[in-house]
Amino acid sequence: MAGATEAPEAPSNQVNRIGLQKKDYAGSKSTLCIGCGHDLITARLIDAAYDLSLKPENVIKMSGIGCSSKTPAYFMSRSFSFNSVHGRMPSVATGASLANRSLKIIGVSGDGDTANIGIGQFVHLMRRNLDMVYIVENNGVYGLTKGQFSATADKGSKQKYGNVNFMSPIDLCALAVELGCNFVARLFAGNTKMMRQALQAAMAFKGTAFLDIISPCVTFNNHAGSTKSFPYVKDHETALQDIGFVPAYDPTYHEMAAGEEREVKLGDGSKMTLKALGNDYNPTDRVGALKMLAESREQQKLLTGIICVAESQPTFPQMLNMVHEPLSTLPLSVTRPGKAVLDEVMDELS
Amino acid sequence: MGTAATADAVGTIVNDFSIHVATANGSGSQTSNMVLLRALFQMGVPVSGKNLFPSNIQGLPTWFTIRASKDGWIARKEESDVIVCMNAETAEEDVATARKGAVLIYDDSLRLQEKRPDCVHYPVPFKKLIAECCPDLKLRKLVINMLYVGVCSALFGIDMGELKSALGKQLAGKQKAIDLNLPALEYSANWTKEHLPKKDAFRVERMNANEGKIIIEGNAATALGLMFGGVTVVTWYPITPSSSLCEYLDEYLNRFRLDKDGKRTFAVVQAEDEISAVGMLAGAGWAGARCFTSTSGPGISLMNEIIGLGYFAEIPFVICDVARTGPSTGLPTRTMQGDIYSLMYASHGDTKHIVLIPSEPKESFELAQEALDIAEEFQTPVFLMLDLDLGMNYWMAKRFDYPAAPIHRGKVLTKEQLQEMGGKWGRYQDVDGDGVPYRTIPGTEHPAAAYFTRGTGHTAQATYSEKPEHWKSNMDRLAKKFESAKKRVPKPVVTSDGSKVGLLFCGTTTEAINEAVHELKHKHKVKVDLCRVRAFPFTSEVEDFVDHHERVYVVELNRDGQLRMALSAEVPRLAHKLRSILHYDGMPLSAGAVVKQFRELEGAWGKGTPE
Ligand SMILES: Cc1ncc(C[n+]2csc(CCOP(=O)(O)OP(=O)(O)O)c2C)c(N)n1
Ligand code: SF4
Ligand SMILES: [Mg+2]
Repeated sequence: MAGATEAPEAPSNQVNRIGLQKKDYAGSKSTLCIGCGHDLITARLIDAAYDLSLKPENVIKMSGIGCSSKTPAYFMSRSFSFNSVHGRMPSVATGASLANRSLKIIGVSGDGDTANIGIGQFVHLMRRNLDMVYIVENNGVYGLTKGQFSATADKGSKQKYGNVNFMSPIDLCALAVELGCNFVARLFAGNTKMMRQALQAAMAFKGTAFLDIISPCVTFNNHAGSTKSFPYVKDHETALQDIGFVPAYDPTYHEMAAGEEREVKLGDGSKMTLKALGNDYNPTDRVGALKMLAESREQQKLLTGIICVAESQPTFPQMLNMVHEPLSTLPLSVTRPGKAVLDEVMDELS
Repeated sequence: MGTAATADAVGTIVNDFSIHVATANGSGSQTSNMVLLRALFQMGVPVSGKNLFPSNIQGLPTWFTIRASKDGWIARKEESDVIVCMNAETAEEDVATARKGAVLIYDDSLRLQEKRPDCVHYPVPFKKLIAECCPDLKLRKLVINMLYVGVCSALFGIDMGELKSALGKQLAGKQKAIDLNLPALEYSANWTKEHLPKKDAFRVERMNANEGKIIIEGNAATALGLMFGGVTVVTWYPITPSSSLCEYLDEYLNRFRLDKDGKRTFAVVQAEDEISAVGMLAGAGWAGARCFTSTSGPGISLMNEIIGLGYFAEIPFVICDVARTGPSTGLPTRTMQGDIYSLMYASHGDTKHIVLIPSEPKESFELAQEALDIAEEFQTPVFLMLDLDLGMNYWMAKRFDYPAAPIHRGKVLTKEQLQEMGGKWGRYQDVDGDGVPYRTIPGTEHPAAAYFTRGTGHTAQATYSEKPEHWKSNMDRLAKKFESAKKRVPKPVVTSDGSKVGLLFCGTTTEAINEAVHELKHKHKVKVDLCRVRAFPFTSEVEDFVDHHERVYVVELNRDGQLRMALSAEVPRLAHKLRSILHYDGMPLSAGAVVKQFRELEGAWGKGTPE
């Protein structure tokens, strides 16, 4: 197969609903630093795609540039992938979805890739509501260029060699909420259980699902004084909810006991259940979400879970009133008007 | 060229003059100018219309020059024969630059008689006339410009019936506007007949030179070419002089490319900037759409990184650069062939791009379709190079031909082909020896269809590699692909008159050069051969042309001789034969400028005393 090398060993011979094994969702071997948070996310993406029985041929993986943006090579080799240029994944993904609206997009970016060089494209992508999962693997630094601060670094956070960041961070979740994104979550790469559920829900969601996943850089930002290190995040993480995923094919499936949980329809027949933990936070309230994010920032708390969710809205191809078939394969009989049309225009101009 | 007009009495010049109209931007002058242009066109007289407008929405001076030429010359003429001053602010200046004997039409409140006693004067009481024919005070400023059309009609014999039909066409569907303009047109024509005795030599007579012709801007022509070329994804960010291209395209697509349920068989997206516009093309071209964006120089500068990605990851898309005067923001509403070099070699590292260069609307229509094909055949970004003069001015052109051939989508492997091949293929493998690999389109339902696209080093199998041999062989294959393109891109148009001296050029300089060559031949008894380049890479015919001439003048609209530089760089052995004729004040080229520079240079160089 072009593009892929060997797959990591498959966990079992089990197959999912479309007859694929876990190893059919594998990618080539990761070349990231051992222990990098990004690899944990890659593993959970493989799990989620397998669990959901996503058809690899219907998925495209898009990324920018950075350690995080390399990770599409490490999962789902049977899916097309485009590792583009720094900060421009949103536009490239937009073009791909216009060419073929039937493709599900998994976009992987970094905090530098999205919050620094690519902030403009990120902002505009949020307005378009592509059918995509947009993941920022957020480590507060530029891993690939050796540890400079990114725009998500917290105020007062220390760099590996002592520099302190004095500027306010950009909260990508708050920005996404503000820009009308209908599925916004903050996750921690070390929280396997929450990631597995949230990733499935995000993949099932029709429209843009934005996931800001704190993903420590073990090489450049895992020291004392960093607010994006494994130990710091483990200490400060406060989960907002227990997240459950109820797939469309199995409406009886419940991971947790029914209680005072909230149900959210994801647009493809599946549902997400949210059981609040120790607060009465309502993630369907956009203003409340922004308030909660502002407060948690002041209290230096790291809240994980679903920040904001709403029923899915028309996606970009729907907004543009495009035909259902992919534009990429429309026949010439459709894309070239007849001779009468040219004659009509010529007559008008003569 | 049209047949010569009727021979006329001595002192009468028939169908051979230019009208220069000075108005204020945003005063509705465009309708009047177009009505005059169209009426002349409908009378069968060859015409062209060039707009000289400010980078401003309202109030600043604007000029429109209509040239009627029985011989079919439609290039810019430096000196105007008739000057219409509808803008009091610029009147003195407009009149000061008039040639001796020019006809001046102006508001009688301006005292211009003393200023230019050597010209023919037609003072017209415009304010009085508009008050008499347009009762509504508020509407007067919208129709006052129509008065000059009526004056011209009476003075030069421009048929009122044709003017009326031109007005109907120009304001099609806007009956109120027609009803408002018509009285002004007729009233001023009648007033002129009664009050202004004819003192000048210019006259219009019916001809039959415009059979099978249309009037169109290059941007509209390109848009039509793209639609008939099956474009599906269009992205853009507004910038003069390219905006109207995507606006026309959007209009045409919405009119002619909806399916039976009214759904769009295309997407037009106004992006947040040019980086995003071209980024969308990278995604769309990769995912199999025939895609397009248009921009101008500043946008090209922004797009550079992704153009390189397109070149290296081998993604088809088409960018039309409607060039304006640069560097920097420059003169946004003036013309230049200023991006020749920056298109040919756009982006960092070793890059070279296919550039197609139309010179008039019909060719724009055809090359737009070619560009979409060539981009997919060669899996690479392709540029269409226009300039403001072609894009935004009104050109007479032959009616366009309906495309005879189906579109070409290049080397795309289908699911079935992959099955036959047992899924064994390499995205960047040179299977056919032409440097062009095979690709698959995302969504192809075969487990081996997918590959990993990246702008980083890769092997023929599309896997990541930093190995020197992989890098080099890939770059060599890309060079070979570019070489193969030489056989595919449009050849130059060569015209031979048996001369040892040649002119080499591209795009919108063509009309002025043709006219200049005619003048050189008939007035100065000098013959020159012509080579109009239509594409980069330069095909062998371009080399042959230079080889077969003793000296070749490269004529272009920029300071640095970019076309000449490119030809010298690509074929160094030709460099010593090339000299530049340059024009770079933001205005289109005129025949006079070519003749002047050519004769000066020939005087020095042609006599064996090269510079
Ligand atoms: C135009 C451009 N400028 C700079 C770079 C260098 N560069 C590569 S990755 C990167 C930062 C990546 O940071 P982030 O997105 O946070 O990814 P991480 O490596 O931390 O996962 C930079 C600045 C580049 N590739 N392109
Ligand atoms: S440098 Fe940091 S982000 Fe990059 S691979 Fe290593 S640990 Fe991960
Ligand atoms: Mg980072």
